[in-house]
Amino acid sequence: MTEITTENYLSEAKRAIKNQVLQNALADLQHRFGTETALAYQNLPEGPELRFKAHDIRMHTIDNLDVILDKLAENVRKNGGHVFFANNGKDAIEYSLRIARKHNVKRVVKGKSMVTEEIGLNSAFIESGLDVSETDLGEYIIQLAGEHPSHIIAPAIHKTRNDVGKLFSEKMGIPYITDPAKLTQAARKALREKFLAADMGTSGCNLACAETGHITTVSNEGNIRMATTMPKVYIAFMGMERVAARLEDHDVLIRLLCRGASAQNMATYVSYIGGPRYPGQADGPEEFHLVILDNGRSRILADEDFREMLCCIRCAACLNVCPVYGKIGGHSYGFTYSGPVGAVVTPLLVGINKAKHLCLGETLCGACKDQCPVDIDIPRMLLALRSKLAEGDSVWGVTPADRKEKSMYRAWSWMISHRGVYDLFLKMAAFGQKFLPQKEGMIRWLPPPMNGWTQSRDMKPIASESFLQRWRKGS
Amino acid sequence: MNENKKATLFIQCLVDTIYPEVGEAMVQIFRKLDVNLSCPTNQTCCGQPAFNSGYRKEARKAARHFIQVFENAEMIVCPSGSCVTMVRHHYPELFTNEPHWLQRANSAAARTYEFTEYLVDVLGFEDVGAKYHAKLTYHDSCHLLRGIGVKEQPRRLLSHVQGAEFIEMNNSDQCCGFGGAFSVKYADISTAMVTEKVKNIIESGADTVVGCDMGCLMNIQGMLSRMGSKIKVKHIAQILSST
Ligand code: SF4
Repeated sequence: MTEITTENYLSEAKRAIKNQVLQNALADLQHRFGTETALAYQNLPEGPELRFKAHDIRMHTIDNLDVILDKLAENVRKNGGHVFFANNGKDAIEYSLRIARKHNVKRVVKGKSMVTEEIGLNSAFIESGLDVSETDLGEYIIQLAGEHPSHIIAPAIHKTRNDVGKLFSEKMGIPYITDPAKLTQAARKALREKFLAADMGTSGCNLACAETGHITTVSNEGNIRMATTMPKVYIAFMGMERVAARLEDHDVLIRLLCRGASAQNMATYVSYIGGPRYPGQADGPEEFHLVILDNGRSRILADEDFREMLCCIRCAACLNVCPVYGKIGGHSYGFTYSGPVGAVVTPLLVGINKAKHLCLGETLCGACKDQCPVDIDIPRMLLALRSKLAEGDSVWGVTPADRKEKSMYRAWSWMISHRGVYDLFLKMAAFGQKFLPQKEGMIRWLPPPMNGWTQSRDMKPIASESFLQRWRKGS
Repeated sequence: MNENKKATLFIQCLVDTIYPEVGEAMVQIFRKLDVNLSCPTNQTCCGQPAFNSGYRKEARKAARHFIQVFENAEMIVCPSGSCVTMVRHHYPELFTNEPHWLQRANSAAARTYEFTEYLVDVLGFEDVGAKYHAKLTYHDSCHLLRGIGVKEQPRRLLSHVQGAEFIEMNNSDQCCGFGGAFSVKYADISTAMVTEKVKNIIESGADTVVGCDMGCLMNIQGMLSRMGSKIKVKHIAQILSST
């Protein structure tokens, strides 16, 4: 698995907020895609309600996943492809290394894939002596910089053109340039050589279709098409949930995916890959492998509360509207998946206690749900995760995150069931606050644990008489 | 007095304890409109803080108290979209395994309305005869907007206020960063968010920001005050009660 730094959420968020370059990039990203995507849904011929239909399609698929995956595997094999069900990242890596060894592979070109990022495929390949190149421009930049993607679709969103210029000149030995077109040209030239020399290609899978036994990749650069057709061996990696039962479901989802990801009606390159090349066919790999990865997904599937998360098609629309993501960027989430989707998926994959900040450090504003092309109720699941953190949970192995807080809420719930006690508490608080520094009727400083508030804000003091006390007097 | 117009006041705890003048403004409007008022004085908090932090047992306790207190109310009206979302959507969720309580929770959910929703959708008022001289801008709070779908009602009410000029701010529907305990525990992120909200308010050119939820408004007010800004922060009831 890739490195997990979810515990650093607070400090990384703080760092990101101070990084003005990142702040501008995030604001720009959200400004562009946030509104455009909402508009793209409005302009759907079926109307924005298609999102709800897509939700039903996805839920139905997830509810019948075992049967549908069997069908997918059967049809891929019929088309001449190989299918491997990997329980975890380790199995997936070992399988692909076996294939690589079998074909004496030296050089690998990769199309963009979050799932290979999740299992840490790149580093495993490199450790085994393979030469691995990312070929998506953003991923290529990230790879050269030795970093992790900070956005599902736009992995290098945190880098400016000047950063990229510096990076390219250092790593590729070209003169320092900052013109995006020229930089792209330079990358293209370098990558073209990689494509031509590669013995194996890999990619993710935006969606598979069980009925036809094909997988689909979506891109705007055309690199995936080259990575998947030029080398003689090709391995596609997919999370086990990324499948549609029927072609007609598949098409609805691809259309919504493009809108969610980049507000496009259809991406520039949409490839349906149905297996290896037939005898006599000019293009395509000689061998086609599909690795279907579980890596914790069965556990999510088994839980009624979280099963809905498997509906996700990783379009990143939720990142583009999330006001928290818009401030803290992708790296703060400490794992492959960031933003609202990461806030739910990451705790479920890496451990709820370990990733507690991801689900607690959100405001439950609900913007993600409205922007999600398959209408996933992320706030509901954030709340469900929080309840596990509050109470503990044996199935997920969660220990209560904060026992002090728990006893505080217990006392509070007793108090608010007794108005008399509550009134007494208010009276004491109203008295106590007199000792706090105030200016023009506003409290300037609150003691811990409330001091977070007054770090940047004042607070109006508690009224000397509550509304209900006044009402009692008046009526 | 019109016997059909009835409201039982459900006072959000922030209004009760910190902003009682908001509750009084609401009362003033209802009296003017001849709404028959009652207000159970043993009410406390709907339980949302506990629920949002994951403490469902404690939230359930608060919910039971609420349900009992408001059992006989026909129309429960609250000056907070957030609390109404709690009662309308989350109370039923809390009692899925307790059929008897579920029925009572569903009943409470069906009888509970947010203040502007009640004025516009139930009573049919858009003009409550208010006068207020100011340049107003409006912040859509998240639960009001996305939780219970109230977007136009406050705007329509504000558009009828004599003497007021209404200006939409940029991204009025973007979260202000309050989020209850979030604002304290994740203060850096919350601060970054409210900073952006306040920037949008200032850039709108309005001299008064209006909302329907004291949680968000307390957050916005807190920052404006720290900055020494002259922009006023008002609950919509305070605008609508002015004559
Ligand atoms: S949760 Fe929805 S919006 Fe977010 S990545 Fe998944 S499908 Fe896209």
